[in-house]
Amino acid sequence: MIKSNIKLFVLSFLLIITLRPLQSAEMVDPIKVDWSFKGLIGTFDRASLQRGFQVYKEVCASCHSMQYLSYRNLGEPGGPEFTDQEVKAIASSFEIEDGPDAQGEMFTRPGRPSDKFKNPYPNVQAATAANGGAYPPDMSVLVKARKGGANYIYSVLVGYEDPPPGVTLDDGVYYNKYMAGNKIKMPNNLMDGLVEYADGTESTVDQMAKDVTTFLAWAAEPELEERHKTGVKVIIYLVLLTILVYLSMKKIWSRVDSEV
Amino acid sequence: MSEHEYTPKSKAGKWFNDRLPLLTLGAHLTDYPTPKNLNYWWTFGGILTFCLITQIVTGIVLAMHYVAHADLAFASVEHIMRDVNYGWLIRYIHSNGASMFFLAVYIHIFRSLFYGSYKSPREVIWIIGLMIYLLMMAAAFMGYVLPWGQMSFWGATVITNLFSAIPLVGDSITTWLWGAYSVDNPTLNRFFSLHYLIPFLILGLVVLHIWALHIPGNNNPVGIDIKKPSKDTVPFHPYITIKDAFALLVFMIIFAGFVFFTPNVLGHSDNYIPANPLVTPAHIVPEWYLLPFYAILRSVPDKLGGVILMFSAIFILFVLPWLDTSKVRSAVFRPIYRQFFWILVIDVLMLGYVGAMPAEGVYLVLARVGTIYYFLHFIVVMPVVGYLEKTDPIPMSISEPVLSGGAEPSIARKVNDKV
Repeated sequence: MIKSNIKLFVLSFLLIITLRPLQSAEMVDPIKVDWSFKGLIGTFDRASLQRGFQVYKEVCASCHSMQYLSYRNLGEPGGPEFTDQEVKAIASSFEIEDGPDAQGEMFTRPGRPSDKFKNPYPNVQAATAANGGAYPPDMSVLVKARKGGANYIYSVLVGYEDPPPGVTLDDGVYYNKYMAGNKIKMPNNLMDGLVEYADGTESTVDQMAKDVTTFLAWAAEPELEERHKTGVKVIIYLVLLTILVYLSMKKIWSRVDSEV
Repeated sequence: MSEHEYTPKSKAGKWFNDRLPLLTLGAHLTDYPTPKNLNYWWTFGGILTFCLITQIVTGIVLAMHYVAHADLAFASVEHIMRDVNYGWLIRYIHSNGASMFFLAVYIHIFRSLFYGSYKSPREVIWIIGLMIYLLMMAAAFMGYVLPWGQMSFWGATVITNLFSAIPLVGDSITTWLWGAYSVDNPTLNRFFSLHYLIPFLILGLVVLHIWALHIPGNNNPVGIDIKKPSKDTVPFHPYITIKDAFALLVFMIIFAGFVFFTPNVLGHSDNYIPANPLVTPAHIVPEWYLLPFYAILRSVPDKLGGVILMFSAIFILFVLPWLDTSKVRSAVFRPIYRQFFWILVIDVLMLGYVGAMPAEGVYLVLARVGTIYYFLHFIVVMPVVGYLEKTDPIPMSISEPVLSGGAEPSIARKVNDKV
């Protein structure tokens, strides 16, 4: 009787777990993309990162800050790996406020690789006011800050649709299949041919969405490649050590008449 | 306890040992007679010590770079992740280490429940262990607040607000805890201070936990008293040290798997959004290891009632040695209790699951059923089953698993003492 009770518990438990997706059917599951950085030894696609940076710089950066990144990160291993000259050129294309100088005045100067990415707005309030009351979130860790991660970001970028009949939208609100509540204040900024890729890749909406998402995934986890590489070495080391210790243990315990 | 006094071989060793008997202690720890039939569920004590040391070492390094200020905490964590050499590794070990610590402590606690390790003469070990567990929860909760993300802030708000349920003085206590009129910079500052303090309190209690363990010696899967040292025991070193090392390495492989390949899966994505007192997350959930208690808290419609029940769920464990009336320790020989033990495991897992779900509909019903069963298990099942159950025959010793006729362990114990 008690055994059947346990079975009943387990069954009801499993039933709830399987019923769970049915209950929260408001949001559409994000599109699953086969990212190169997925999996145990995933790495970023260098060319895609560089293209993604271009999309970020030309499109996203006009509203979204990326305050935890420095220009030097763009040249570091495991990232877009721009050359030193390219990084310097990118940094110096921005005017950065510095100071105060000896006279107590703030001044601007061309950016240096050690500078943080320049914010498009002076503060959160300014950013909110300029975007119809919705603060464009900082994108440094955006991929880690959203359930679904890279898949979700990509899905939102390609998820703009005309609202279904019966849904009316206020001014400055757009319909997006993958956004929570389906309403988003960011307009659909991507259109075919919007940017001219330096490497000649055709800039379709899908291509740009994938590239910029790859870039954002790197921005959120710049250590990913090193982490994966180190992880493989650590696991191999631990497994070998475990085998050695296991054999030692068996040998030591062979002196006593007991199983180990 | 070693039978004969230890004397250091060297003159210097003897000189020092006469003044502070550290070498005697070392010899005691090395020789410590341990039941030879301990299974792998007994390796989690060593694993937990490793977890504590790991948390302390990584935590000290993190504290060198972390800034406990509401405006700077989030940015300083990103600084650790991006600019500090191997900062990402140290932080991911620390954050996943907390989860691994709780995984190990839950296995350790349920092992004790199954084999009756909390029963006489080990009640004090059990109670010290529970105090460690309570401090662990406090440390983990405060640690989760430090990155000052959305879940940090709102988790802290929900948990500290629990104290406002206390009649008359509740609100004053909450304000006193916050150091402000809401969770704010003073709260973050004191949480950081306490988060740094608590692990060292735990370390002190761990010493007492092990000391208390070394008085009666280890329980074992058979649950009978054994003569020490005897052919039923092995010296702690090298037998137990090598076995603990092997189990620890297996544990470390799992730990490394989380750290290197899926470091954020046990956390909540909302905690990468900086704390914002004006935006409440859709679902505020604590870390996975606190979810069963969160489910108990929310299963009561009354706030004070929920708080009382949640704390009772932990404090009832303190009187467990006196609620359990069975004379037999190990569930191996307790056919009825054994079934209830597994029901309790499933019940706690279920509570953990519904704790992560919104408190409505079927989840609320399950939380209530789970909560009622949880308390029934300790208040009714343990005393009643202990009286009524007919236990299986108990072996007289580990080496000679000859079955004694009856289910009276005291007889077995007496016979065993003569061996």
